[in-house]
Amino acid sequence: MTEPLSFEKSRPNAHAPRLPDADVAAEELDRVLPREVLRSRPPTLPRLSEPEVMRHYSKLASMNYSISEQFYPLGSCTMKYNPVANEAAAALPGFTAIHPYQDEETVQGALELMWRLEHALCAVVGVDRVTLQPAAGAHGEWTALRMIQAFHRSHGEARTEVLVPDSAHGTNPASAALSGFQVVEVASAPDGRISLADLEAKLSPRVAALMLTNPNTLGLFERDILDIAELVHNTGAKLYYDGANLNAFMGVCRPGDMGFDAVHMNLHKTFTTPHGGGGPGAGPVGVKAELVPFLPKPTVERLNGQLKLDFKRPQSIGRVRSFYGNFGMLVRAYTYILAMGGDGLTQASMDAVLSANYLRKRVEGLLDVPHEGPCMHEFVASARNLAPNGIKALDVAKGLLERDFYAPTIYFPLVVPEAIMVEPTETESKATLDAFAAAIKEIVQEAKEQPEKLHNEPHSLPVGRLDEVATARRINAYLQGQSEDPILRWKPAPNEAC
Amino acid sequence: MPYLVHSPQERAEMLAAIGVDSMEGLLVDIPASLRIPSLELPDGLSEFETMARVTSLAARNRVFPDRLTFRGGGVYRRFIPAAVAAVTSKPEFYTAYTPYQPEASQGTLQAIYEFQTLIAELTALDVANASLYDGATAVAEAAMMASVQTGRKEVLVAGYVHPEYVEVLRAFSDGRGIKVRKGSEPNAKTAAIIFQQPDFLGLLVDAADLTRLAHDVGALAIACVDPISLAVLAPPGEYGADIAVGEGQQLGMSPSYGGPHLGFIACRKELVRRLPGRLIGTSHDANGRRGFVLTLTAREQHIRREKATSNICTNHSLCALAASVYMTYMGEEGMRRVADVSFKRAHALAERLAALPGWELAFPERPFLNEFPIRVPKPSVVSRKLARHGILGGLDVSRWFRELKGVLTFTCTEVNDPRAIDELVAAVSS
Ligand SMILES: Cc1ncc(COP(=O)(O)O)c(C=O)c1O
Repeated sequence: MTEPLSFEKSRPNAHAPRLPDADVAAEELDRVLPREVLRSRPPTLPRLSEPEVMRHYSKLASMNYSISEQFYPLGSCTMKYNPVANEAAAALPGFTAIHPYQDEETVQGALELMWRLEHALCAVVGVDRVTLQPAAGAHGEWTALRMIQAFHRSHGEARTEVLVPDSAHGTNPASAALSGFQVVEVASAPDGRISLADLEAKLSPRVAALMLTNPNTLGLFERDILDIAELVHNTGAKLYYDGANLNAFMGVCRPGDMGFDAVHMNLHKTFTTPHGGGGPGAGPVGVKAELVPFLPKPTVERLNGQLKLDFKRPQSIGRVRSFYGNFGMLVRAYTYILAMGGDGLTQASMDAVLSANYLRKRVEGLLDVPHEGPCMHEFVASARNLAPNGIKALDVAKGLLERDFYAPTIYFPLVVPEAIMVEPTETESKATLDAFAAAIKEIVQEAKEQPEKLHNEPHSLPVGRLDEVATARRINAYLQGQSEDPILRWKPAPNEAC
Repeated sequence: MPYLVHSPQERAEMLAAIGVDSMEGLLVDIPASLRIPSLELPDGLSEFETMARVTSLAARNRVFPDRLTFRGGGVYRRFIPAAVAAVTSKPEFYTAYTPYQPEASQGTLQAIYEFQTLIAELTALDVANASLYDGATAVAEAAMMASVQTGRKEVLVAGYVHPEYVEVLRAFSDGRGIKVRKGSEPNAKTAAIIFQQPDFLGLLVDAADLTRLAHDVGALAIACVDPISLAVLAPPGEYGADIAVGEGQQLGMSPSYGGPHLGFIACRKELVRRLPGRLIGTSHDANGRRGFVLTLTAREQHIRREKATSNICTNHSLCALAASVYMTYMGEEGMRRVADVSFKRAHALAERLAALPGWELAFPERPFLNEFPIRVPKPSVVSRKLARHGILGGLDVSRWFRELKGVLTFTCTEVNDPRAIDELVAAVSS
């Protein structure tokens, strides 16, 4: 079942919502404002009654897989249960109804929460200060690189390169480029970890930073991290931690102790704020003392028991977004940290590692698992053993959808062909993991016996496999003026008004 | 422990299946010198205690009622239909990930495709993306697009653009070696003129003229717009702007101390390949059924890495959903009504405040919509007096603009009823 667009369901004489009258003595808008500033043609918005609006979105909701209903083993994304208490906390009017330009004395609770969250995050990752401003992981990466850039500049150095492993997430090189750096790739060694030889070869006084995630995107802990840190620091460069994989070792070890100078965290991964179908998240960045002067402003400071926003930070890189961050997400993460505590966070990471290794073991004989374990919180398998049957990672993913599982991350990291990256998280039961392994087993069997059947999956979802190539082709035709259909939006038929 | 599922017995079974004696067997790659005994954080709390703690923090914030909030500056109180939260709190939406597997994500994909259409309609431009973080980063992303498109390294900020947006623009530009200049005299080095309509003070600018100035030197015109205003004001597409960006908070999001809110961006067809972030398009399956997919991904970081148009990955999808519900619920008529009521109430308020002794409109000749700057005697006394009456009064903009000493901006929307306006005027006069 598919659902028509709201625009297609629109009825020209549906009831508009009831809204108050102005009830004040004032001139009409079109008599006060000059004609040329007024809109000449109204926008074509759908017109639906409230019951129709609600049903429309309920239908759409039923066409989604989500962590509330399905196992969502998306590697690198840490799709864990989103506690409902977090939502209740974030909905408190004392948080939702405060204006960002209220005087500081009237928002002491909000500032206190931010201050406590900052210090809790400092404790988890082992840094001196944290900025809560960045809106997501990528935004945090860029913020951290800007601070590192400012640090080098303050020492009279114009370092122009950033090193990024070939297994890194795409946001790493993109953030480096957005900060004006040249990206230099560092190769992985055969065991899946960063090649120390290649790292040494690429390090030079031109290098501003190495961006690393640990465990890396293969789910492997970079055993040589202390040597890596030493190599990097010896050339005067900084070590940056992509915290997407922090769920692997909370309470076990800390990036700050490993030698990382700047650390971003994804509150929408490790700290259970929901993904919202693609955000909003929050990507705080923690730094060691040397980088503190460069933090975005304002910071939250405690002075004689009062909390203050500090704007007087002469070396700050400035603002990275408006106001103080995705505050509603900060409330959720803080609520989660209170409920879990140090003991709970530690156990969460332990269980995440346990689950990943257990599932890895269950999947080992079915799919290729190219790197030796143990893994940390996730592992990367490969569908290349099914290549003789004409089956790809994509087919395995679609077969899982057919069996009511969301699919793992596929084709990432780029260093593994036909990659299937699985991150079970600590909030999935052993029974779920067993059921997932059983589904993989069934898919592998189907791949060998009836590959054409697998090619046609899924068929029990609202739509079957979609032709993404045709979509791109049609957009091209539109952009080149060969077609009127933009594909990227619905368009009213000429002369049609909703 | 809350939210964890494995029982001690299951843990033991799983360890046995893996073939290790204890968790230590799985942590062998971590150097011993890095191990910490525990986190320096208190132990966890029950849900009851957790909520008591959080609630007491919330209680330490002063909540001004909607109707008595006259402060804007980029974040506004508006009527939010109950439908918005009813939809965004559906776990099928808020606990889903970015729709990487389209067959299992048609709900999110279609909702965001509708969002793209709504924004394109509102701005009268060809294509809008799936969302950005906020209005500030949207301005910065648009400037990056313009710089790449024109191959030029300077952007011009004309008039009173939100000062925080300009700060963020500077942070983005600085990394990329792009110069940010204030003013409205472009030259052959100018990649874009950026202006805000209505501007940060609430005043209308000559958007058509600024657009012409930009085009005359081969630069792009970037309009930062208020989405509610577009129900009545000429949209960027009508005056020929190339890129429209803005903050979507007013489309169904609460102030929430500044976030999460919604950045949006729309552009002319010629610029589509330079757009940052996610784009959703229509597609079809083998049976000819229509569906929706993430598309033009060759612009994005996961494909293009350092050559991507932006580094954005996670964006503000749920906020875009909220905005879609809001706009679909309101329709064109509802949004026009909201803009109209806000306009009238703001004008009624401006007239009454300007009649107070010592109060005068800061720019009496400039038209405005529903926010306006007014010069007042002793702004801090005014604000304190209003607060004592439970009113969140105007915003002191001299904090950013020295030349606006003594100027407060007041805003009115459909939630500030006529009696609230009476109360405000009475409180000032008391
Ligand atoms: C390893 C890694 N780094 C960075 C990111 C970027 O984070 P975000 O999507 O929050 O911008 C992600 C997630 O998408 C990731 O998995």
